[in-house]
Parts: sequence; structure tokens; C-alpha cells
Amino acid sequence: MKNKVARDIPDNILKQMTRKPFNGVTYGHPIAQRVAPKVRATTGRDKVLSSIDEVVAKTVADGMTISFHHHFREGDYVFNQVMRSIIDQGYHNLTLAPSSLTNVMNDIVVEAIKKGVVTNITSSGMRGSLGDAVSHGLLENPVVFRSHGNRARAIEQGEIKIDVAFLGVPNSDNAGNANGMDGDAAFGSLGYALIDAQYADTLVLVTDNIKAYPNTPASIKQTQVDYIVKVDAVGDPEKIGSGATRFTKDPKELKIAKTVNDVIINSVYFKEGFSFQTGSGGAALAVTRFLRQAMINNQIKASFALGGITKPTIDLLNEGLVARVMDVQDFDKGAAESMKDNRQQQEIDASWYADPANKGAMVDQLDVAILSALEIDTQFNVNVMSGSDGIIRGAIGGHQDAATAKLTIISAPLVRGRIATIVPNVTTVITPGDSIDVVVTEIGIAINPKRQDLIEQLSHVPGLPIYTIEALQQKAEKIVGQAKPLVFTDRVVAVAEYRDGTVIDVIKAVKD
Amino acid sequence: MATEERLRRTMMFVPGNNPAMVKDAGIFGADSIMFDLEDAVSLDEKDAARYLVYQALKTVDYGDAELVVRINGLDTPFYQNDIKAMVKAGIDVIRLPKVESVEMIQTLEKLVIEAEKQFGREIGSTQLMAAIESARGVVNANAIAMASTRMIGIALSAEDYTTDMKTHRYPDGQELSYARNVILHAARAAGIAAFDTVFTDLNDEAGFYRETELIHQLGFDGKSLINPRQIDMVNKVYEPSQQEILNAQNVIAAIEEARQKGSGVIAMNGQMVDRPVVLRAERVMRLAKANHLVDMEGNYIEK
Repeated sequence: MKNKVARDIPDNILKQMTRKPFNGVTYGHPIAQRVAPKVRATTGRDKVLSSIDEVVAKTVADGMTISFHHHFREGDYVFNQVMRSIIDQGYHNLTLAPSSLTNVMNDIVVEAIKKGVVTNITSSGMRGSLGDAVSHGLLENPVVFRSHGNRARAIEQGEIKIDVAFLGVPNSDNAGNANGMDGDAAFGSLGYALIDAQYADTLVLVTDNIKAYPNTPASIKQTQVDYIVKVDAVGDPEKIGSGATRFTKDPKELKIAKTVNDVIINSVYFKEGFSFQTGSGGAALAVTRFLRQAMINNQIKASFALGGITKPTIDLLNEGLVARVMDVQDFDKGAAESMKDNRQQQEIDASWYADPANKGAMVDQLDVAILSALEIDTQFNVNVMSGSDGIIRGAIGGHQDAATAKLTIISAPLVRGRIATIVPNVTTVITPGDSIDVVVTEIGIAINPKRQDLIEQLSHVPGLPIYTIEALQQKAEKIVGQAKPLVFTDRVVAVAEYRDGTVIDVIKAVKD
Repeated sequence: MATEERLRRTMMFVPGNNPAMVKDAGIFGADSIMFDLEDAVSLDEKDAARYLVYQALKTVDYGDAELVVRINGLDTPFYQNDIKAMVKAGIDVIRLPKVESVEMIQTLEKLVIEAEKQFGREIGSTQLMAAIESARGVVNANAIAMASTRMIGIALSAEDYTTDMKTHRYPDGQELSYARNVILHAARAAGIAAFDTVFTDLNDEAGFYRETELIHQLGFDGKSLINPRQIDMVNKVYEPSQQEILNAQNVIAAIEEARQKGSGVIAMNGQMVDRPVVLRAERVMRLAKANHLVDMEGNYIEK
């Protein structure tokens, strides 16, 4: 059956997974019953176990759903240690439900799939050898991709029922009071992990740094924690976040960033008390710098910056240009380290950040979101998941969630090398065109025709060329030519949910 | 020559053997884009670069930018093929490096005419410019500037020139002072554009501004650039002030008033406006438009 973005979702997938097809970006006001975790009562004196093997043996059983967070990103040591133990102890039929999967986790997940240890996966995304393996049909059951907000919703509503959460933390006391801000492997906000801590039946903390009781501030509280295991190291500080953030010198990225800035400051949203989310990556950091200058020039201050946070955003906070940083994740050391000293840098969980089934999430208040894309099509649909070869190499992250901002800007080059970014139809629809307002490329912008108000606001800005999205697509095609259509088999290897849990698209196995 | 003088503040070098840079050259707002087949391209890539630039000229939309190619010199085996390929592709301007004499321009013009005939281009459609890179070139600058009606400009190339002069470049530019003035006068006397040399230290922003302000003060049309990041900086130096724009608008209003009255004399605030003032006003308005300081109707945009 065709869904609202004209994607053919096989009926058997909808039936088998008991999902509805995507039917629009409006969430409405449905009333849902949240679930609650099981709690094993304890006075807290028996929590510290001596090894990962011991805690795995004590907590895991065949068929369970286990979860992890990805705040250590490419410096994660916890995931591999726990998965090694699980594979070696011979468990089977587990569902892996991490907040996302980074490259350092790929090999062991592939091994776990091959050995039947992991038979289901839900994640924000995947890349590299794992994405490649899944796209070639390694996993029997389709992977379910969910945005950060949607994962929180699915956990709250019991669609993901976490039996055991293994959460790596850079510090904890022997009762489980822990945070992400202190220690050698500090990563700042524990945002995504806080949902697991709240809803998992069994919560295991893995740390390399046992602090004196009581350890505060406690983002994860002893009331939630079953076991604590001390290991030698939970992460590689060098790889957790990028080091000193370097400002891009790529003239094309700068040009795109400057144009994004022009769009923002010429929109009605650029006014005292506005809010924004920029993300990471060269162009996003450059936008932050241009925006800073524009805020100074126009004497405008922002009420909050949201989402994944970088050092340049913290600099705005310290300069008084931003009143609050609402921080679900820190992308670099500078942002991670400032959290413990900065009361205005508020740690928020994924639900507070982006959950649509909430009594109001931060993204609902967001004025401006700047997001990236692998592909954008002439219906403004965005793909951040599958590459030009059809293989899974991305993550939804907060893309669908932040795209509900009042002004959602996609910044992307018209073409990357020989590959068009703006195409007639994206390979995989992740974020529906209805929530995208402006596409910014190095040659000019396209405005969603549904936003006549923005067309009005931006059409008289000198030096800001406006094209139709079709014209941009034609220009891209003129440069790189028409791509040969990708060939897939009929087998569905992944299902991409929209943030409300409906199916926005499916990814099929590639044909080699 | 075109009736309206074209702005040539920025002539951006693009290595002819770099596909990504050739493809993106049009997005930075350079007044002129100069594809380099000469020094930026190593010997074993000369043919590849020529093919690449040829194909780019045939396919990529560079908007309103003036398209220039720096061909290899007369004394190289690439010279004739460069001319043929670029004329065939319909290049706007051929820039000849290391020009020292009128004969070099005349030889080039002869080959360009042949190529225009061979490939069915309009005779005279390919314009020329000369880079002056030696003492001999500076001494002959006047004649070189007037060597052909196809000439649109001459440029100083300081790296080779300072070597020839047994010096090197200094921050204050004293060593270039004679050459700059000679080239500027040669250009103005011939009614063509004058381009200053490149500034190579990308990290020395203050030095770049200092040099650009100097050549702007002298009267150069603009500068050769090695990086797109320098474009905005040059444009900023060439940006007219609000007062200059308002003045220019008054002059242009006075011209219009005189035209409507059928009067040959243009008067403003009771004083006659003579031709240099009119020309300057027109140039200020061109610069104001190019810097997005006025809207479609020519009204000043408050910053």
C-alpha cells in the first residue's frame, strides 16, 4: 500500500509488524498509556559485581531485548565488552535496541547476527560494514529505524520493551548515582541513555570510575540501577568527541553556511528570544559563527539552542548570546566539559527533547532547525539513511524531530562529486517534505511552495537566488547526468518509522 | 568594447586540472573566473586539463562571470592547442602569460583569428589580455596594452617580476610601486582594465586588506585571486560608502532631469555636473548593485 509520501509499503510488512503506513506529519492529541518497568527491590548493598561476565550471566536470557547508548560514539569500549561476553556465553535470539550504532560496534554486531545471538535490531542508524551486511540481507528480520524522539515514544509506550540496559558511564558511586560529565571518559549529556534508565526492567551501569557515595549531580539515580560493574576503561577520550572544533575553510561549505545564515536572519523568526538547532559538521559550525555575528550586529539574543551541542554553541552561551543550551548530546570535548560548570547548559533526555507523544517536547518550541541530507527530492523529502548505492549508511538521529521546527532548513551541496544531492525521488524517505521549508545549496535556495510566507519574506533579499526545487534538480542533473536506477531485490531489510511510529519507507536488499 | 564597462574586481584563479574546483568555480561570485592551464598544471596533466576546461566551458553554467583562460606560453608545445581548444569552447578572454612585446600579442591574435574561422566562432569574439611578468614587459606595457583591439586588460604578475628585478615581495609593496603605476597608466591610456597581482598568504588577512586598499586607491580595476575566500574581502574594499551612493543617485537623477528637459547641461544643486562626475557616479552605482547595497529600484538598503 502506498503511504502519504507515495512509498509502497508491502502489506505483509505492515501486517507482520503491526504497523500503520505514514499518513502525515501532524501528531494530534492521542491519549496513550505509558508502561512502567519491573523493579527488583534492594537496599542497594549488593549492586557491585566483579565482572561483565557475571552481570551478563545474572541478567540476560535468550529472547530478551538489550539496550545501549551511543554517547561514547567512536570511542566506545562498553558495547564491545558486553557483546563479547553475551556471544561467548552463547545466548540467542536477542533484540538489540541501542540509541544508535557507531562504527566501533559494527564488527561484533555482524558476528552476533551470524551466530544467531542477535536476531532483531532497532536503532537510529548504522553505517560501514554493518550497514553493508544488513543491506545484503544478513539479518532475517527487518531492522527498525527510529528517530531519537520516536525511540523515546516507543519505549514509553512499550513498543520497545527493554529487558536489560547496559549503560556505560564515566562515573558512578556503588549505589548507581551517575552522570556523564566527570571522569576520563566524560561525554557530557546522558540524554539518550536516560530513557533506558527510566524504562529498563534491569539496569546495569558499566563504569571505570567509582566515586564516593553519594555521587552528585546524579543524572541516573540509584533508584533505577540494579547492578554496577567496574571495568578498566569505558571509552577512549580521544575518540568520544572530536577535539578542538576547527572552523571549515572549505569555500563551498562557507558559502552554503553564509546562505543558511541569510535565510535565517531575513526570516520573521530571527528576533529577540528565538531558538535554534544546528547540529555538527563543517557547515553547521560555520552557520553558528555567522549567526553569532548576525546576533551581535542586530542585538538579538536567543532563548535557547537545542539538540546535539558543540563548543561554538557553548561559546554563544558564555557570551550571553544564548540564554540556555538544552543539551541531549555533546559532539565535542568543549561542549562535554562545560556541562558540569554551567548551570545554563541543561541536560535533557530524549523524551523532553523530541518525543511527539509528550505533554510538549523541546522541538515543539523550536524556531529554526538546520539539518543535513544525503538526498532531497523535488517533493522536499529527505534521505539521511541510504547511500547512492542503496546501502544503509546513515542515521535518522533527531532529523524527523527537529524538522518540525517553524523554519526547517536543509543545507547540502547541489552535487557531491559525481552524485546529485537533489534528485527526482530520494532512495529512502526519512523526513517527509511537508516538514522541510528551505533547501540551501551553494548556488541558491529552494523554498517549499507550501510556505508562501517564506517565499514572500526571502524573495527580496539581494544576493539570495531563489530557484524552484525542480530547477535545482535540473541543474544538478545537468552537471552529473542521470544516475542509473538502483536495483533492489524484493526483500525488506529495514523499516524506517516516522516519529509517530508509522512506516514512512522500507529499505530493500541490494542486488549485486 | 562593450558600451557598459564591466566590473572586474576579482579574477579568481582555478587550476585547470582540478575537476571539483573547475565545477564549483561559478558559485563564489567572482567577476572573472580564470582557468589556469599554465603554472598550476604539471607537464603530464596539460592535455587532461585542457580537455577538462573545454568540457566545463561547454557544460557548466557560470552565470554572469567573465570566463578567462590562462594558456601556456608561446615557447611551449601546448600553446597552439590551448588556443584552438579554448576558442572552440567559446572562451571570453585568453590571458597570455609572460608578455614582453607587441609581437607576442599579434602572434596570439593571428592564431585566434585562424581558430575562430576554423571553429565557426564570430571573428573578434575572443578577447585577449596580457600578464606582465618581467622588466621588459613593464617597459613595453604601453605598446602591449594597445597591441590589439581585442585587448581587455593587462595584469601584473609579481612573483616572476620581482625575481626578474632581483628582489622579492615585501609587505609594504614598495618593490612593485613602479610596475603598478606603469601598468595602470598603460591600461588607462588604452582604455582597458588593470589587474593587480595575487596575494598568496591566505592566513594574512590584514596584509591582504592592506594591499587591496592600496591598489584600490591607485585605481586598479581589481585583483587576481588564488582563493574564493578572498572575493568577499576585495568586494568589501571596493564597496562604495552610503554617502557615495546617495551622491551618485543625485547625479543620476540630475542626468535624468536634464534628459527629460531636453537640456544638454546637467546641473545639480545649481552647479554644472561634468563628465568625470557622471562616469564616477555610474561606476559607484554599478559597484553598489554588485555589492547588494541597493535594491532592484536602485534605493539604498539600510544595513
